[in-house]
Amino acid sequence: MKLYIRYLSVLLKSQMQHKASFFMSLIGQGLTSLTTLIGIVFMFSRFDQVKGFTFSEVLLCFSSVLMAFSLAECFARGFDTFSKMLANGEFDRIMVRPRALMFQVLAQKADFARLGRAIEAAIVFGYAIAKCSVSWTLSKALVLAEMVLCGAAVFSGVFVIYAALSFFTTEGLEFLNIFTDGSREFGRYPLGVYGDTVLRIFTFVVPLALVQYYPLCYILDKGAPDIAPFMPMISLWFLLPCYALWRVGLKHYRSTGS
Amino acid sequence: MKSYIKKCVSVFRIKFLYGLQYRIAALAGVACQFAWGFMEILLYKAFYEADAAAFPMEFSQITSYIWLQQAFFRALAVWFFDQDVFDMISSGSLAYELTRPIGLYDFWFMKNMAMRTSQALLRSIPVLIVASLLPYPWGLSLPASPLAFIMAVLSMALAILVTTAIVMMVYIISIHTISPYGIKALIAALGELFTGAVIPLPFFPGGLQRIAELLPFGSGQNVPLRIYSGNIAGSALVQAVGLQLFWLVFLVIAGKLCLKKSMRRVCVQGG
Repeated sequence: MKLYIRYLSVLLKSQMQHKASFFMSLIGQGLTSLTTLIGIVFMFSRFDQVKGFTFSEVLLCFSSVLMAFSLAECFARGFDTFSKMLANGEFDRIMVRPRALMFQVLAQKADFARLGRAIEAAIVFGYAIAKCSVSWTLSKALVLAEMVLCGAAVFSGVFVIYAALSFFTTEGLEFLNIFTDGSREFGRYPLGVYGDTVLRIFTFVVPLALVQYYPLCYILDKGAPDIAPFMPMISLWFLLPCYALWRVGLKHYRSTGS
Repeated sequence: MKSYIKKCVSVFRIKFLYGLQYRIAALAGVACQFAWGFMEILLYKAFYEADAAAFPMEFSQITSYIWLQQAFFRALAVWFFDQDVFDMISSGSLAYELTRPIGLYDFWFMKNMAMRTSQALLRSIPVLIVASLLPYPWGLSLPASPLAFIMAVLSMALAILVTTAIVMMVYIISIHTISPYGIKALIAALGELFTGAVIPLPFFPGGLQRIAELLPFGSGQNVPLRIYSGNIAGSALVQAVGLQLFWLVFLVIAGKLCLKKSMRRVCVQGG
């Protein structure tokens, strides 16, 4: 852990060397998600609710997913860009070092400019919490924190799958974007909005609904199952198959040679 | 003049054939596009069920809009830049480009357009076929009328040209700023919003919709996708296509002038 913090501080220092470019990227990241937000604002200037969710409730959902994604993208960046690490031989260098591989991949790359979305998410969070009429209790606040943290873990898991598959293809797979960028974009609305089939896919295949839809229903008192407050914890089981796939990929690995 | 046009066409042909090489990637892209299209349609269905009266398009119009958008996504996305042009600008190897027997503007224009059309061609056909087989109102409906179809094709061509001309402006501005990051992010974000890629322009609040339609971005995918389903028809159709023509001519002339001006300042160092 100490070593990880040391890695992070080195990365932060190096990224701060180019301040102008750092802040440009920070703003650039925020801009893309800002258009998504504007899209939601426009839709709700026309409609009062969608499947029973009001504007501020959708914003609560949007900001929790955006925050989770942003954290994952910042800290699990190494897995997101792993295909590059394979292609340029950097991974071979990592393999000869006496530390756990996953730890090194995780610690090598953290991209703090990716937190641009998180800043935006925090602002929207503030607005949504103030506006939506939730009687906040300690347990609800904890569930909200759980949604963000476990959400970040689920997104990181998807990035690990992404990385593991590049052992086989050495190219990033465009198809998986539907689970990374797609989850972020469609996760802006509560997943129940898309109907039962989609909800089931996002419950049992990629457990995004466990950190988004069910706990959200719990917070908003919309008839969530009793187990809902613990669902984000349950979603962490998703990391096991991700790890397994990574192990399989690693066994399969042969250096590109350069 | 004639041989110059031939040069432009051959640049287009080479880059087009190059773009056709990545077939497996295209297949993966198609799968992604399908999933994306279905999710979008389910989302609009939820809004339609929430309040059908507030829905500014017919439901079959929005599904056609979404499927065409997914099919021609690569041709019409504003943020689809050639990374190597930016690399050239920041590394200075731009100077080599000036030695080519073809104007810089025409060369970059052809290159970007060829990349757009070739990638879209590979991806659009499977999406169009399957989407048109889906039952009404989920799939791609038939065009509103034969005339609507012809005008949609014409307007699609104009939309691709206008979008490419917007990309050219981004290149030219980054010659001045050297680092392309800021302008790229700004135009990509604004462009996506005002071209109707985030939500179709009819879903914008009234006044803002009018403004967005008049902007150059509004002459992109917004026009052909809505003509096809009959959402723009009659005199509005003539106006919209006329505006597309205007923006195309304006952007190309303005782009060429600006590029000429900045090329005068270029000073190539030997070595």
